Amino acid sequence: MANEKLYLYPLWIRIWHWLNATIFIVLLLTGISMQYSNPENPLLISFESSVQLHNICGIALSINYLLFVFGNLFTSNGKQYKMKTKGLFKRLYDQSVFYLFGMFKKQDPPFPISLENKFNPLQRFIYSTAMYIGFPIIIASGMAMLFPEIIIPQIFGVSGLLVTALLHVVIGFVLSLFLFIHIYVCTIGNSIISNFKSMITGWH
Amino acid sequence: MKLSKLILGFIFLLLFYSGNAQQETNKNHSCLKCHAHRTYKYMNEDFGMEIKESMCSNRMIDTLAYQQSNHGMFKCTDCHSPEYETFPHAGNLRMELMYACNDCHAGDPEYAKFHFEKIEEAFYESMHYNRAPDAFTCWSCHNPHTYKTQARIGDKISETVKYDNNICLSCHADVNKFELLTERENINILKSHKWLPNQELHFKKVRCIECHTQLSDSLLVSHVVMSKDSAIRECTSCHSENSHLMASLYRYKSLESRKGSGFLNAVIINESYVIGANRNKYLNILSVVIFGLVLIGIFTHTIFRIFKSK
Repeated sequence: MANEKLYLYPLWIRIWHWLNATIFIVLLLTGISMQYSNPENPLLISFESSVQLHNICGIALSINYLLFVFGNLFTSNGKQYKMKTKGLFKRLYDQSVFYLFGMFKKQDPPFPISLENKFNPLQRFIYSTAMYIGFPIIIASGMAMLFPEIIIPQIFGVSGLLVTALLHVVIGFVLSLFLFIHIYVCTIGNSIISNFKSMITGWH
Repeated sequence: MKLSKLILGFIFLLLFYSGNAQQETNKNHSCLKCHAHRTYKYMNEDFGMEIKESMCSNRMIDTLAYQQSNHGMFKCTDCHSPEYETFPHAGNLRMELMYACNDCHAGDPEYAKFHFEKIEEAFYESMHYNRAPDAFTCWSCHNPHTYKTQARIGDKISETVKYDNNICLSCHADVNKFELLTERENINILKSHKWLPNQELHFKKVRCIECHTQLSDSLLVSHVVMSKDSAIRECTSCHSENSHLMASLYRYKSLESRKGSGFLNAVIINESYVIGANRNKYLNILSVVIFGLVLIGIFTHTIFRIFKSK
């Protein structure tokens, strides 16, 4: 089974994935440059360029997200993000135990990759949360800040812009944590780079 | 019996004070019966006719704004010649020189906190004065009939921003007034500020003078208006930890209240949010801790992988 090659990632997913990754990294760097803006810090991108780049990439990410949503709506890939709540916690626990202990004892993964299950339960849960909760919130709050006149001026006595911005920054931070963990977990494969290769060739 | 006396006394006092107030509002009646209206009437004695004329718009007084202004308690003739009390007004009265702020306010300890002398010094440095030394006066920006100290009384920063920006726009968005002070044509601040992202939001949330005046240590509102080439065009002047806004727009508020809640430049977030200037120190610490834990986790896992693969 392990030696059998599976075609897991069709072309549209790979294009979407790498576009999303590139745009997300630019958004992350420009976002940090604005949030912690300091003209004396040479590591940060200038505020003016950050604003422009962040705006452009924000729109690009939103359009690319539509590709993801429609792709999942009209192909079988959408099923990969659905999960049953029954026994979910047990499956997440088993997969976590495998990552923390089992894999060091050379145990077989509890949920082997197949065409029907290209994600293990932990991946399925985290990817679905990131893509169907995290992304809509960060896109909506980002769009609101792109057109700040649509934001409610006051929410419970606090500036609406502040609430929107905080939400955007917090979700951005959580998604950036996801990025780091995602990249690291991708090094856990047959070899360190095999999963990265899969996302280029489509074959696992 | 006692009670009825008390009530009578109270009614008397009420009448006395309301009479006084009436007198106060009437002190300028003879001027305002014409100058508060678009039209005025007078009797042409020679022909025995009553004539109705239209009032020149810049000779009209908004009575309500005047009453509420800092100078609302004055009689017209406190500042204007008493000869204005006769009608028709003598032609030479048009040549009368107007008082400037310091003709009344200089050296008065009651107004020391406003630093009028320093304002005057700053004004002489401003490009407004230097471009048109004869034409530009205090009144070019501060209408003596409506002026109200704003930054100190305004509860809402947005009101202060609107009030102060309207002062600039009264010339910079009105060709007729602009032409009085300069030979330049073409004023289009929307075009000259095209580079500014979220232009509308900036115009609503900050004052023109935030970028167009030199910051002053001693004055709440700097009066050294700079030429456009010297205006601040660096986003990080405001969008950073040491936000320039704290020394200008939010200066009075920040002196008044130093609300913490963990936010940098917290006073801004009562009404607004400035990226780069408003950061929450607790969220900052929390994010560093979480990020650190993730990195430690990844690092430990990597060590185990290397160790166990041997």
